[in-house]
Amino acid sequence: MSTLTTLLPPHRLDLAGHRRHHGVVPWVAYHDDDGRDRLIDAARAADLRGRGGGGFPTAVKLRAARARRSIVVANGCEGDPLSRKDAALLALSPHLVLDGLQLAAHAIGATEAVLCVHAGSPVLGSVAAALAEREDRVPVRVAEIPRRYVASEESALVHYLTSGDARPLGKQPRPAERGVRGRPTLVDNVDTLAQLALVVLLGPNHYRAARTDLVTVTGAVRAPGVVPVRAGASLSEVLAAAGGETEPVQAVLIGGYGGTWTADLRGTLSGIAAVYALPASACGLDYTAKVLAFLAAESARQCGPCMFGLPAIAADFAELVHGGNATDRLARRIPLLTGRGACAHPDGAARLAASALRTFEADVCAHLAGGRCRVPAGVA
Amino acid sequence: MKLSVDPIGCRAHGLCADLLPERIRLDEWGYPVLASGPVPPGLVADARRAAAACPVLALRMRKS
Repeated sequence: MSTLTTLLPPHRLDLAGHRRHHGVVPWVAYHDDDGRDRLIDAARAADLRGRGGGGFPTAVKLRAARARRSIVVANGCEGDPLSRKDAALLALSPHLVLDGLQLAAHAIGATEAVLCVHAGSPVLGSVAAALAEREDRVPVRVAEIPRRYVASEESALVHYLTSGDARPLGKQPRPAERGVRGRPTLVDNVDTLAQLALVVLLGPNHYRAARTDLVTVTGAVRAPGVVPVRAGASLSEVLAAAGGETEPVQAVLIGGYGGTWTADLRGTLSGIAAVYALPASACGLDYTAKVLAFLAAESARQCGPCMFGLPAIAADFAELVHGGNATDRLARRIPLLTGRGACAHPDGAARLAASALRTFEADVCAHLAGGRCRVPAGVA
Repeated sequence: MKLSVDPIGCRAHGLCADLLPERIRLDEWGYPVLASGPVPPGLVADARRAAAACPVLALRMRKS
């Protein structure tokens, strides 16, 4: 079995195909109370980490959510326009996700499971067809989440499933203590759950040795899309996995719209879900200005630094693109965004803005010296 | 003791910065920026008063 194709098959696997390809979860090895511990131990032995962007150890999260009548929530919303790995998984390998969801539910003793996708998502059909083929111990309900960027943030999902309001709730208490309808809740990305299934199906040692991450690669590459890459691959290897560069790449944005720019392609990736390759001909400041405008528009409008800070730095970047000197204002404003919101949305925008100023420092000078440096960039 | 702000509850009234300028300043939009670390013992009483004065009770004092 080639491990690079285990996560993402070329064609959709129905239940029979999934079982032929991956085998059947050995429930008998995990069914008793000790089995729950063994399951969590396997996740720890495999060094499984969350694939939703946080990179938090899955075993620790599972253990924290262990309780009677808990709830497990699979997050398949994927609000970031630069990431499509979760959609690809749910479209091609839905049973791997559902196996992982059942394993997580069993590990924490959950009596309810919810699979969240954005309302009207094209993967709804694949998910419904897969659920109709299975007889799961813990019934899985599909929830359609409003199509907003911050609606799929962990506390926003919990808030929505409890009250119908898809805005982030803030940092306290953790969902593992008090989540959906006040019950202990585990929220995991669908990619993390698929990986948990692989840990059990392959065994932790084999899994660790052959571990691959799904990365959505877009921008100046010949075959943009979701590619499996070995954990710890270099950025150059990741671009090669997506068919290689169509023209010289001046910088890459790592980690989606709230991610970090870097011009150093020798760096390595682990746990990163999205990479955008900026072609040498495009203006990184212009691209960043457009992404910041998007992030400002997608705020839940609850917290001051997000409501006022994001539009302000988006406007500063637009001014910079047009030759205005907003650098002092940005230096003052960007640090004010971090750690002051109910969720990490403003932190992501601050990270993006700060890394753009660092990475495109020469372009900032070019703009200040008289207009544009390169052609404006399109935004996904 | 430590001060914290509920970022969703805060409505930028700004009283906190008036009552406790040693630990709280306002950003350009009127939202509080807290000094990091625990409140020094000499300011605990003032910090409590500032927390109690917040019109939406978004400023809180907690054991650190």
